[in-house]
Amino acid sequence: MPTNILMPALSPTMEKGNLAKWLKKEGDQIKSGDIIAEIETDKATMEVEAVDEGVLAKIVVPEGTADVPVNDVIAVIAGEGEDAKAVGAAGATPPAKKADEKPKAEAPKQEEKATPAPAASTNGSGQAAPQAAAPQPQQQTNGAGRVFASPLARRMAKEGGLDLAAIQGSGPHGRIVERDVKAAIEGGTAKKAQPGAPAAQPGAPAPKLAPAGMSDEIVKKMFEPGSFDEVPHDGMRKTIARRLTEAKQTIPHFYLTVDCDIDALLKLREQVNASAQKDKDGKPAFKVSVNDMVIKALALALTRTPGSNVTFTENAMLHHKHADISVAVAIPGGLITPVIRKADMLTLSGIANAMKDFAKRAKDRKLKPEEYQGGTSAVSNLGMFGIKDFVAVINPPQSSIIAVGMGEKRAIVKNGEIVVGNVMSVTISCDHRAMDGAKGAELIAAFKQLIENPMAMLV
Amino acid sequence: MATPYDILIIGGGPGGYVAAIRAAQLGFKTAVVEREHLGGICLNWGCIPTKALLRTAEIYHYAEHAKDYGLKLEGKITYDPAAVVKRSRAVSGQLNGGVGFLMKKNKIDVIWGEATITKAGEVSVGKPKKQPVQPQHPAPKGTLGEGTYQAKHIIIATGARPRVLPGIEPDGKLIWTYFEAMVPPEFPKSLIVMGSGAIGIEFASFYRTMGCEVTVVELLPQILPVEDAEIAALARKRFEKQGIKIFTGTKVTKVEKGGNDVTCTLDDGKGKTSTLKAERVISAVGVVGNTENLGLEKLGVKIDRGMIAIDEVGRTNVPGIYAIGDVAGPPMLAHKAEHEGTICVEGIKGLHPHAMDKLMIPGCTYCQPQVASVGLTEAKAKEQGLQLKIGRFPFIGNGKAIALGEPDGLVKTIFDAKTGKLLGAHMVGAEVTELIQGFVIAMNLETTEAELINSVFPHPTLSEMMHESVLDAYGRVIHT
Repeated sequence: MPTNILMPALSPTMEKGNLAKWLKKEGDQIKSGDIIAEIETDKATMEVEAVDEGVLAKIVVPEGTADVPVNDVIAVIAGEGEDAKAVGAAGATPPAKKADEKPKAEAPKQEEKATPAPAASTNGSGQAAPQAAAPQPQQQTNGAGRVFASPLARRMAKEGGLDLAAIQGSGPHGRIVERDVKAAIEGGTAKKAQPGAPAAQPGAPAPKLAPAGMSDEIVKKMFEPGSFDEVPHDGMRKTIARRLTEAKQTIPHFYLTVDCDIDALLKLREQVNASAQKDKDGKPAFKVSVNDMVIKALALALTRTPGSNVTFTENAMLHHKHADISVAVAIPGGLITPVIRKADMLTLSGIANAMKDFAKRAKDRKLKPEEYQGGTSAVSNLGMFGIKDFVAVINPPQSSIIAVGMGEKRAIVKNGEIVVGNVMSVTISCDHRAMDGAKGAELIAAFKQLIENPMAMLV
Repeated sequence: MATPYDILIIGGGPGGYVAAIRAAQLGFKTAVVEREHLGGICLNWGCIPTKALLRTAEIYHYAEHAKDYGLKLEGKITYDPAAVVKRSRAVSGQLNGGVGFLMKKNKIDVIWGEATITKAGEVSVGKPKKQPVQPQHPAPKGTLGEGTYQAKHIIIATGARPRVLPGIEPDGKLIWTYFEAMVPPEFPKSLIVMGSGAIGIEFASFYRTMGCEVTVVELLPQILPVEDAEIAALARKRFEKQGIKIFTGTKVTKVEKGGNDVTCTLDDGKGKTSTLKAERVISAVGVVGNTENLGLEKLGVKIDRGMIAIDEVGRTNVPGIYAIGDVAGPPMLAHKAEHEGTICVEGIKGLHPHAMDKLMIPGCTYCQPQVASVGLTEAKAKEQGLQLKIGRFPFIGNGKAIALGEPDGLVKTIFDAKTGKLLGAHMVGAEVTELIQGFVIAMNLETTEAELINSVFPHPTLSEMMHESVLDAYGRVIHT
């Protein structure tokens, strides 16, 4: 029996991924456990391991293909004694669509809404996102976004690598028909889809990155032709656009700003770093940054302010037992938010070392989904860019995020006198569904208290 | 003078009367000028009365084979030619009256007479110059008469008539056209049919079933020349088995008339000539458009090889003058005329109809066995340089066909290997004229093989062969 290799679900929320690279070629012998391909998901590149043994008979989805739905056949393995060529030529029969398959029991709500990552469940078990997660149902798209096209038009657009959504339909009720696709191919009017990207599936076209707004064509017409370069979105940009649009539209944000006196914190930081043991090259075992201390302070503030370390769901409030702090890391081409799990339990040096590792792997896009999904609150720090204060967008399933500005010398009033002190402005964004103004104030006050009395973080 | 019409249509055949009804639906003040018979050739001397005759032949055939089905019919089954013809005329008459009713119902004026376009926007209707073919159905009541009529838009839908070969002019007695062949006082014992298109083959099939010695002479190398060669070859085999003699690649060079017979001289194209004697000859060598006496030359309406030249929505080169149906070119089929009429009127209304794709017009021949097709033949598809996937399914593999006692026939489907587009479907066998529309819809919806394969066909039906043929094209056939 030839075996189909399916697009794996590398995380519970993964709906599709980009087939970045094939590490085996047709005809190669495959052993169980071999790394056969690299899949690029929302924010990371993952390796696909072979489960079955045999000969790689056919690569169905070529490398460089974007947005391959989970459970689509990507390759076929011929078993022992089977003619790989014949198997390859016959192709694979796609598995029956598991439309009737129930979503995973532990997180039915999230899956139904196809919104936040079910951080609670992954987190609660302390396990990484299970490899063998139940197949994710295809994203249910409502009728509004459906592109009507004849089957032949769909197939021709797919073969021609055209994006159906960019083609004007001339058939009944604006349906896209063969002649429209032909005209688009001849006239070059339709934009190229992502290299090899599958055309919109019947009834389930690619979800729009932003739900409203003008069409690409209309936007482009507002600029002089040739006055801009068009860079197609990569997976990360699409994810950022989709998730933050969703966040800003579904989460009622409110904002609270405090100024923190960080003289004591800076002093403590020096002491802590000076205490670090040095190895034989003179390199210290750790180097704690202000940001690491901010993470720790936020984690402690969350666990010490009942009702603030929460996630809002449709029917219940999830009260988290530990504070998982998601930290925004700018990387070339985007942004990723590795999560410091149980930051309330970690030492400053532990946080510092974890962040160092995350930052390096984030830049290489080597973070695993379970390393950047979930979190109960977040830190976004733009101080190094000289930003005084700003507000940040909450990243679900978190219910708050603090925006940390630059630490700077300011004239402050201390004991009735104007003195020069180091001050840092911090603004917290809160999900009003999860907590009210007083609760947010309590949380940010606890944070400020810890920042200004940093010794409390050490005990 | 009466108020001008929005749309005046010359000719009340299937193209003209359907265009008139569509025009009335769209709110146009509409008139149809007809000189002879509402419903045109189709209802009066073509599609419909021949189907009535062929139905007689079919039942006669079954009656003669009653014992194959376990039935006993005592005595000899005979027929009365006059009664057979009478039934055919009654069927025609009923529908002819029906068209008159539809005109009234839609408040369409019927103007009785022959029209000439005197200038753009004006039509003069006078006495017909052409003698009506007999027997005539009674003229409808309440029609308008001769005179001058104004209309913003004039649609020419005058149809076609049998082509006449020089030296072999039909005389209505020994050399027939379809007119005489449809109302013979008695059935000839022997018959030569010149031409093996739909008309020729249907008459050949009818008369052969009724017991006549029939010879078909076709100039081209294949009978049913527009059909797929494989289908035509299968049909030919069946016809020959029934006793029809067929000469292809052969020309009738001379027809000598005797007292009650004719002698045809045949040239096989390789220098060999022979003679053939029969009681009657049917000339079925095609039709030509009725472009004469309409005033077209004076108006400067462009005519190309005997057909009025039109654009995709039926406009001629002269503003305000349109043409549809047979007079505007092939395929000369009633359903093509109807559709062109609709497109033309909707174009006038400004509804931006889409040009008809002539490749999606099905063709049906109601001989025994029936032939039906749509789209490209295998040869035509190959000419276009397309890579093909071809499926075939024989009637012998279909349960319903066996139960019907109709095990002969084939359903053939042709796909573009690259896109899965259904390029053509060709069938020969029982009831295929009723099956072909499934593929017509599929083509119009631009289905690929996938949707056809995924469709559930009811069991047991002949239509399952359509499914199997598609499966066969993709190497998945079940029942062969």
